[in-house]
Amino acid sequence: MNPGFYVTPEQLVRDRAEFARKGIARGRSILAMEYRDGVLMLAENPGGALHKISEVYDRIAFAGVGRYNEFETLRKAGIRQADVMGYLYSRDDVTALGLATAFSQTLGVIFSHETKPFEVELLMCELGTNGQPNQMLQISYDGTLLEGRGVLAIGGKADILSAGLKKRFQENMELEAALRLGMEVFAETERRSLDGWEAAVLERGPVRRCFRRLTGPDLERASAQALSSQESGG
Amino acid sequence: MTDLPNWGLPLGAPAPGASFSDLLDSLGLAPRWKVPDSPSRDLKAPEGTTVLASRYRNGVVLGGDRQATEGHLIAHRRIRKVYPSDRMSAVAVAGTAGLALEMVRLFSVELEHYEKIEGAMLSLEGKANFLARLVRAQLPLAFQGLAVVPLFAGYDQTTDQGRVYTFDVVGGRYEEHDYGAAGSGALQARAYLRTAWKPEMDEGEVIDRVMGALVAAADVDLATGGPDLRRGILPNLVLIDRGGVREVPDDRLTEVAGSFMRGGQ
Repeated sequence: MNPGFYVTPEQLVRDRAEFARKGIARGRSILAMEYRDGVLMLAENPGGALHKISEVYDRIAFAGVGRYNEFETLRKAGIRQADVMGYLYSRDDVTALGLATAFSQTLGVIFSHETKPFEVELLMCELGTNGQPNQMLQISYDGTLLEGRGVLAIGGKADILSAGLKKRFQENMELEAALRLGMEVFAETERRSLDGWEAAVLERGPVRRCFRRLTGPDLERASAQALSSQESGG
Repeated sequence: MTDLPNWGLPLGAPAPGASFSDLLDSLGLAPRWKVPDSPSRDLKAPEGTTVLASRYRNGVVLGGDRQATEGHLIAHRRIRKVYPSDRMSAVAVAGTAGLALEMVRLFSVELEHYEKIEGAMLSLEGKANFLARLVRAQLPLAFQGLAVVPLFAGYDQTTDQGRVYTFDVVGGRYEEHDYGAAGSGALQARAYLRTAWKPEMDEGEVIDRVMGALVAAADVDLATGGPDLRRGILPNLVLIDRGGVREVPDDRLTEVAGSFMRGGQ
């Protein structure tokens, strides 16, 4: 085998990180926000067939930006892990932190060992039980794990989105208000007309599976309100 | 990706498709039976007895008594044999209780796992076929006298009707047009429903008839536990209609069971 040129580890990591960031920046961002009854996740998604947000376990949801096939592979691996753990032990033993750590290790290994890193960024949310706070975790292409409070955004424009969101975020908002706020901040960040939404909530309630997709009328009403307040505001 | 250090999640699908039980199998976690050739007379495991399902105008109802027996003894008075398996279906079990309850657990996880991985629910027919496979996998145990026979009912969203499936011990799956039953009191329950059942019953009527069939079964079959109003033990009944699975509340059950118990005196 050809020994090749020497590349310093710093250079290698920098190149790979730049490559992954470029890939992620091409996709559209996703945000998560706590509201009165749980956690809202919102994404711009023109089509209805491919989901970026999905259910992982009873109180845990997943969202991914970047390359679809890569975060879809990770999503499925996460669901498998969660269902096997919950079946072998108890449903209470599956936690977002445990899964996020597994994702973080997986992405970390791929980042340093594979020919190309995964061009994805992931978001895990868990609804708190018995007065415990909700959890929001962000996992980057290199395995970096970060925790959010109140609001969290991932994707190319995550920084601008979360800065915009933090300015206007309040605790204990109604779902409709939270949804409208999310849409308005998206519109301010993107500065173009947005086509189609995907939204889901982890919602406290009597049922075991807390994940619920928001569809049709809910989204349209919030989107119309967000648009009208945008026009009157500026 | 084969030479990756084994620190993270396995990314390749270990088993084809979205089946949870195949996944367990590939991980070496599925139960494997290695049983002696001749049935063991010493092994006594609690058995569940009468469960039944019936169609009615808006969907199906599924019910079961609460007793598990071990030979001539009552092993448990309050076990549950009727379980929602997902939002649109429920499963009830008769036979060796420990194995049956595990089968229900695996079946429910299977349905949820498929739904999450594929992003859509299995069809009702698909769920019933999968359950038949689980029963068939238990065949070696059935030869040991440890049989499990489920009863499956759900609302079929494609044809907009409730459907009932019965199974036999080798994993045969049969769709019933009107009602089905399994367990030691099944004969009596079916005999009761043969005269009491009619098409297009409303919710109140069908709850009445199914309770009647359970009381009739308990009346003749020693292993079936009837409503026990003194201890407050009532059969479990679930209704499945277009809106999904819901439990018949206790006060309603007490009322219906009470009228049967008084009528029987």
